[in-house]
Amino acid sequence: MEILVAILIGILVAIGTYLLLSKEMLRIILGISLFSHAANLLIITMGGLKTGSPPLLSEEGSTFTDALPQALILTAIVINFAVTALVLVLSYRTYKKNRTDNMEKLRGNEHE
Amino acid sequence: MSIFHAMILAPLIYALFVPFFYRSFNRRLHTGWFVIAVPLILFIYLLQYIPKVLKGNTLYETVSWIPSLGIDFTVAIDGFSLLFGLLITGMGALVVLYSIYYLSKEKEEALHNFYVYLLLFMGAMLGVVFSDHLLVLYVFWELTSIASFLLIAYWYERKASRKGALKALLITVTGGFFMLAGIILLAMMGDSYSIRELIAQKSVLMTHPYFIPSMVLLLIGAFTKSAQFPFSIWLPDAMEAPTPVSAYLHSATMVKAGIYLVARFSPLFGGTGLWFWLVSVVGLITLLYGSWTAIKQTDLKALLAYSTVSQLGLVMSLLGVGSLAFYYEEGPLFTIFATALFAAIFHLFNHSVFKGSLFMVVGIIDLGTGTRDIRRISGLLQLMPVTFTVAVISGFSMAGLPPFGGFLSKEMFFQSMVDVSDLQEFGLGQWGVLFPVFAWIASVFTFVYSMILIFKTFTGKFQPQKLNRPVHEMPFGMLVSPVLLAFLVIAVFFFPNILSKWILQPSLYSIIPAAKQTRIGDIQIWHGLTPAFLMTVGVILVGFTLYKMLDKWLRIYRVFPQKLTLNGLYDWSLSTYEAQSRKITNRYMTGSLRHYLLYILSFLILTVTIALIRNGRVQLAMENFHAIGVLDVVIFIGIVLAALTILITNNRITAILALSVVGYLVVMLFVIFRAPDLALTQMVVETVTTVLFLLCFYHLPKLGKRMEPLKFKWTNGIIAVLTGFLVTIFTILAYNHKRFMPITSFFENSYELAGGKNIVNTILVDFRGFDTMLEISVLVIAGLGVYSLIRLKLRERDTDEV
Repeated sequence: MEILVAILIGILVAIGTYLLLSKEMLRIILGISLFSHAANLLIITMGGLKTGSPPLLSEEGSTFTDALPQALILTAIVINFAVTALVLVLSYRTYKKNRTDNMEKLRGNEHE
Repeated sequence: MSIFHAMILAPLIYALFVPFFYRSFNRRLHTGWFVIAVPLILFIYLLQYIPKVLKGNTLYETVSWIPSLGIDFTVAIDGFSLLFGLLITGMGALVVLYSIYYLSKEKEEALHNFYVYLLLFMGAMLGVVFSDHLLVLYVFWELTSIASFLLIAYWYERKASRKGALKALLITVTGGFFMLAGIILLAMMGDSYSIRELIAQKSVLMTHPYFIPSMVLLLIGAFTKSAQFPFSIWLPDAMEAPTPVSAYLHSATMVKAGIYLVARFSPLFGGTGLWFWLVSVVGLITLLYGSWTAIKQTDLKALLAYSTVSQLGLVMSLLGVGSLAFYYEEGPLFTIFATALFAAIFHLFNHSVFKGSLFMVVGIIDLGTGTRDIRRISGLLQLMPVTFTVAVISGFSMAGLPPFGGFLSKEMFFQSMVDVSDLQEFGLGQWGVLFPVFAWIASVFTFVYSMILIFKTFTGKFQPQKLNRPVHEMPFGMLVSPVLLAFLVIAVFFFPNILSKWILQPSLYSIIPAAKQTRIGDIQIWHGLTPAFLMTVGVILVGFTLYKMLDKWLRIYRVFPQKLTLNGLYDWSLSTYEAQSRKITNRYMTGSLRHYLLYILSFLILTVTIALIRNGRVQLAMENFHAIGVLDVVIFIGIVLAALTILITNNRITAILALSVVGYLVVMLFVIFRAPDLALTQMVVETVTTVLFLLCFYHLPKLGKRMEPLKFKWTNGIIAVLTGFLVTIFTILAYNHKRFMPITSFFENSYELAGGKNIVNTILVDFRGFDTMLEISVLVIAGLGVYSLIRLKLRERDTDEV
C-alpha cells in the first residue's frame, strides 16, 4: 500500500512541478494545489497507513492509528485553502492591472 | 570594568551626546568646545601612567567580553601603547581646537557629524593601541577605517570626496581582511589571541609551517593601513577630507597604526630574514617613491600626502633594520640595531608633531587664500608672518635640519642605514650598500619638497590677481595649535633626553626589554663628524642645488607614462570588476520566476541525490508494507488520470473540475487511512475551493494552446520527472525511518488530559492550541488580503505605470 501511495505522491509532484514551470498563472495555481495534496499524503504516509482504528477513543480497538500527522495535515489543509484563495485573487488582480497572465512578460527587472 | 576601559570607550559614548549639544547650543557656541574636553581629559589622565610604565613593565586590566568564545577585552598599558595614547589624545585636543576655527559653525551644516566621526575614530584608535586580544584589536582596527571613510566623505556632495573615501575604505579594509586571516593563523599556531602570550611562545611558533604565511598576511594589513607602496595610492586621495582630519588621521595617528602593528609584532617575527627584507625594503621603496612623487605635486595637500607616505616608509625601514636586534640579542650588533628601533619610535613622534603642524599651516593658507595651488600662491611672508614661522620650523624639521627635532631622528636614521650596510648576514652582501644610498637620495628629495613647501608659498612676489580674495593672517585661536607644535619641534631638539627618558625609552623597552641593559636613548645633539653628519651636509648641498635648478629638471616627470600608474590600475580593476559582476548577475537574474524555480529545483535534485549517494545507507527496504486493496488501485488510477487531465487540457473548466476530482479522491484515501477528521475537512475545503476557482476563472484569461518551444517542454519535463522521482524515494525512506518512538501514545490519554475523545481534535484545540490560534491568524491575514485586493482601488501612482 505504502509503495503505491509513494508512487502516487511522486506522480502528483511531477505533474505539479511541470505545471509550476509553465507560463500561465492559472496552471501555476493548479500546480500548487497538486503539490499540497502530495504533501498531505506524504505526511500521513510517514505516520504509517492502515494500522489500528481511527483516533477516536469511543471506537472499539486496542490500537489507534497515529493521530499526530492527522493533526498536522488538518492544519495544512486549512492553511492551504487560505493560500489558494489569496493566490487566486492575486492573479486576478495582476491580470487586471497588467493585461497579461504570461509570467515571462511579468518580469520585474527592468527598473532595477 | 576598569577606569581604563571606560577611558577607551569614553569618546564612543560621548559621541552619542554630540548631536544633542549641536542642536541645543550650536548657535551660541561652536560644538567643538564641547568635544575638546574629551581628548584633553584623557590626555591628562594618561600622563599619570608615564611613571608607572617607566621601567618597561606592562599593566593589565581584563574584562570578559564574549566568554563563550574566550574573547576578553584585555587592556595592556606599556610604554609603546602609552606613546600612541598620548599622541592620539594630545593631537586630538589640538586638532579639535584647530577645527573650531577651521570649520565655521555658520557655514557647515553637519558639524555634529564631523565631531561624532572624530570621536568615533579617537575611541577606535585608543582601542587599537591598548588592546591585547587580537580579535578586539581587529574590531577597533576596522572601526578606524570606517571612521576614516566617514571623515574623508564629510563633504559628501563632492564627487572627489566620495571617491577618495571609497578608495581608502576598499584598500584598508581589504588589507584588514588579510590581517584577520593572519591573526587566525597565529591563534591556530599558538592557541591564544593574546599578543603577549604569542610572543612568549616565539621559539615554538618559529618552526610552525604557518609562521611565514601569518607573517605575510599581517604585513599586508599593516602596509595597507600605513600606505606603504604599492598600497599608498589611497592616502593622496584621502586629502579630500577637511584639513583637521588630514592632520589628525592621515598624518599623525591612523596611518601609524600599521607602524604600531609592525613594531608590536617585531618581538615575534623579528630576527627572521624574511621579516627584515620585507619590512625594510618595502619601507625604503615607499620612502623613495613618496619623496620623488611629492616634488611634482602642485597641490600643497597632495605634496604633504606624498611626504607622509615617504616618512611612513622611513619609519617602516627603520623597523625592518631594527628587527635584526631580535636576532643578535646582545653585543655591539644588538646595540646598533636596537638603536634603529629607537630611531623609528623617535622619528614616529617627530613626524606626528611636524607633519601635524604643517597640515595646519596648509589649512590656514587654504582658508586665507582660497587655494592650495602652489602656482597661484607666493609671497605670503608679509601677510602671514606667524604661519610662515611655523612653516619654517616644521618644514626644516621635516628636511632634517638643525636646530629642529627632525634633525636628531634623521641622523639616527642615516646612522642605522650605514650600519646595516656593513652587515654580511641575511644575504646582504654587496646589496647592503644600497640601504644608505636609497636613504640618502630620498632625503635629498625630502629636502627639495620641504623647500618647495616653504619658499614657493611664502617668498617671492605676492600676486593678489591670482587669488579671489584679500589675504590676511588667521585669528589667534587657529594659530594656537600649530604654534604649540612648532614649540615642541624646537624643544625636542634642545631637550631630547627629557622626551627620551619619560616616553621614548619606555616605548623601546616594551618592544625589546633587553635594551634596558644598554644606554640606547641617550641622545646627543653633536656626535662628531660621523658618516651620518656628512650625509646630512651632502643632503643640504645637493638638495639646495636641485631646488635652485628645479625649473630645469622638473620636466623629467613627463618622461614617465601617465596612464600606467597605480591609480590607473585601481580604477581599471574597480570598473572591470563592477562590469563583470553586473554581466554575470544579469546572466542568471533574468527576472523570470520560471528560471528561479529551475535553479531551486535543480539544486534540490542535485544536493539530495548527492547526499543520498554519499550516505551509502539508502536501502529501499520493501518490507512493512500493507496489502493493496482493489479500492486502493481504483482510487490510484482515478487520481493519476485526473491529474493528467489537468496537465493536458487546454480548457479552464476541465482543469478546475479535474482538480476537484483529485481532491475528492484524496478524501476517499483519507477515509481508507482511517482519518475521519481529515476526510471531513478536506471535503468542505475542496468544495469551497472549487467554487472559488469557478468564480475566479471567469476573470482569468483562457488557457491558450501551448506554443512553447520543445526545449522549454523538455527542460520542464525532465526537472518535473526527476523531482517526482526524488519525492517518491524520499517517501519510502521516510516511512522506513523509525529511529524514534512515536509520541502519539501520549495523546491517547486525551480524555484524561483534555477531556475529549477525538484525539486529533484535542491536539488541535488543546495540546497545540497556540498553534491553532496562529493558524487562524494566518486565515485572517489571508482573508484581509483577499478582501483588500478585490475591494481597494489601485492608487494613482500604480496605475500610471501601466
